[in-house]
Amino acid sequence: MSDEANKGPLSPLRRKLLMGMAAVPAITMLPRASFAQAPATSAVNTTGLAVTDTEVTVGILHSATGTMAISETGSIQAEKLAIEQINAAGGVLGRKIKFIQEDGASDWPTFAEKAKKLLVNDKVAAIMGCWTSASRKAVLPVVEQYNGMLYYPTFYEGLEQSKNVIYTGQEATQQILAGLNWIAKEKGAKSFFFIGSDYIWPRTSNKIARKHVENVLKGKVVGEEYYALGSTQFNSVINKIKLTKPDVIFTDVVGGSNVAFYKQLKAAGIDLSKQPLLTISVTEDEIDGIGGENIAGAYACMKYFQSLDNPNNKAFVSAFKKMWGEKTVIGDVTQAAYLGPWLWKLTVEKAGSFDVDKIAAASPGVEFKGAPEGYVRIHENHHLWSKTRVGRAKLDGQFELIYETADLVEPDPFPKGYQ
Amino acid sequence: MFGDYSLGDLGSIFVMQGFAGLILFSVYVLMALGLAIIFGQMGVINMAHGEFMILGAYVTWMTSNFFQSYLPSLFSGYFFLAMILAFFASGALGMLVEWVLIRHLYKRPLDTLLATWGLSLMLQQAYRSVFGAREVGVELPQWMLGSLRVTDSIEVPINGIFVMGLTVLITISVAYVLYMSRWGRQVRAVVQNRIMAGAVGINTEKVDRYTFGLGCGIAGVAGSAFTMIGSTGPTSGQLYIVDTFLVVVFGGAASLLGTIASAFSISQTQSTLEFFMSGSMAKVLTLLAVVGILMLRPQGLFALKVRK
Repeated sequence: MSDEANKGPLSPLRRKLLMGMAAVPAITMLPRASFAQAPATSAVNTTGLAVTDTEVTVGILHSATGTMAISETGSIQAEKLAIEQINAAGGVLGRKIKFIQEDGASDWPTFAEKAKKLLVNDKVAAIMGCWTSASRKAVLPVVEQYNGMLYYPTFYEGLEQSKNVIYTGQEATQQILAGLNWIAKEKGAKSFFFIGSDYIWPRTSNKIARKHVENVLKGKVVGEEYYALGSTQFNSVINKIKLTKPDVIFTDVVGGSNVAFYKQLKAAGIDLSKQPLLTISVTEDEIDGIGGENIAGAYACMKYFQSLDNPNNKAFVSAFKKMWGEKTVIGDVTQAAYLGPWLWKLTVEKAGSFDVDKIAAASPGVEFKGAPEGYVRIHENHHLWSKTRVGRAKLDGQFELIYETADLVEPDPFPKGYQ
Repeated sequence: MFGDYSLGDLGSIFVMQGFAGLILFSVYVLMALGLAIIFGQMGVINMAHGEFMILGAYVTWMTSNFFQSYLPSLFSGYFFLAMILAFFASGALGMLVEWVLIRHLYKRPLDTLLATWGLSLMLQQAYRSVFGAREVGVELPQWMLGSLRVTDSIEVPINGIFVMGLTVLITISVAYVLYMSRWGRQVRAVVQNRIMAGAVGINTEKVDRYTFGLGCGIAGVAGSAFTMIGSTGPTSGQLYIVDTFLVVVFGGAASLLGTIASAFSISQTQSTLEFFMSGSMAKVLTLLAVVGILMLRPQGLFALKVRK
């Protein structure tokens, strides 16, 4: 929580004003540098990016079609909202942000191609984009080769760091360790059953979780299971869970499988209010498909929940709903995607330049006090310092905040002792 | 691996695992039936099968929303109406597709593969535009949730029993229609010899259209039933398509019995293996076994002798 956002209880009037200012939240908490006289283009753009005296162009690169559109739609919406808000507040170095949206179409080579198009043809100053690790890995060599700046929103497995990428989601240790500590302490959990989808993120996350359970918590992993992406049949593994009776089920199942897994868990008579389950892959977005009644009682461990009770978040949620409809929900990644344009703006203003090298160098230490999740700061390793939170799923599809770390958790993409 | 568990525990687990296998079997039969009819009887490789299923799922979702808003008192029974609507929606779309697209391609069976694949992409995007890119949650009536407690330690999922019952019902109906009814005789006649069937006065075009419609309609019912166990989104149909083809090809096209036998052997192998190893590994071994058997017996488990 930022100091500024936390100056004791707000007066009812001020709170109303804050909540009412849906279109321009967070302005009150930001420095007014953006209203200063715009510096000359030649001074702030020495590498030929698409910056004019009045405009600066950025790229949005997500899947609007294909199987990942389910997940990436929220990120696109959040980035557009952030850009609109920044423009309403005066833009960046006196310039309005214009965006070019490209569709990665859930296809990794397409992501690389479109990233190249954005950097080479459109000369965008930054790209907000990618969602899956596979798409990021495809885009990474492109942004490094053409020296672009990528703001990547998803919580991911770590083991990566680049001058050209800012990771606005959590890496695996940040997300997982605090949650495991909490559930071990709170529920006295000693035995864990891991179940995940079969690709790099769940496997890496479970490897980290296993080391932590065995070496730090002195517990036991009684099962570790992976199912192919898109699997819809989980009855066998549910029987194994019934047989091994773990204290905690720890899951990182993704996509459509998620829906199948929770529906079948419920159908098999496993009551999540009695059988603790900790997930790192279910956000409010996923619950929309799973159905609140199928997952109520489960714990999720991440950095953001839509229900967070702070003024930044309230303004963010109401602005988001105003722009995208009352029924939309906001998950962890959506919030992280919202941070991208803001962090970029703050970094540009700190560096006093749109040049990618200067932004990369200026990024460490940039803080965003208006973040819906509370205060965040960019670490030397281009990941964010952030709090980790545990929420319990409710029937209405929202999470109730149960626990949050007292301090910001340091990002550690190459964790020693966990590899 | 079983050393630590009591005999009673193990017994219950094996019973439940047996049920898991049977449920998987029913799911496979249900999703493969529609395809088996279309592929088996007409030789059309319908890559859009999954999308027809998802149409059924969306119809179920809309029905559920309708009942919640306007007829909340009848909500507990909406699922039956939803399945009937799903059958007619997918069936009607299937007949339209047959009329617009498929009938021009009967002489070029491999082209139907491309055409229906294109159709599946178009349908996916249509669902995305109409219903949104996100998954939708289909709310089920209370009685369909949870499990049936047989003994203290044996619990059987209610939705699994429901799917099993539905599968039996639909299989029997299909078998009746194909093997007992006048129309079924016409279908089989067209399969065996299209020209002769036409010569004796069977309207082969009409038979084709209704066969395709029936296959798609059954896909719609399957999709409707799978809202209980899986996800409903624009691309959810893709989750089923591979398994569906696996079952149909392994069973031997053109054979209802083959489809059932194939679904049974694949599901039992898979659920048994899944219990002893990880899910991905079980899938790999199952696929390897299928590939091996198909190498020895390319026509599948059961194949009709057909005059070509």
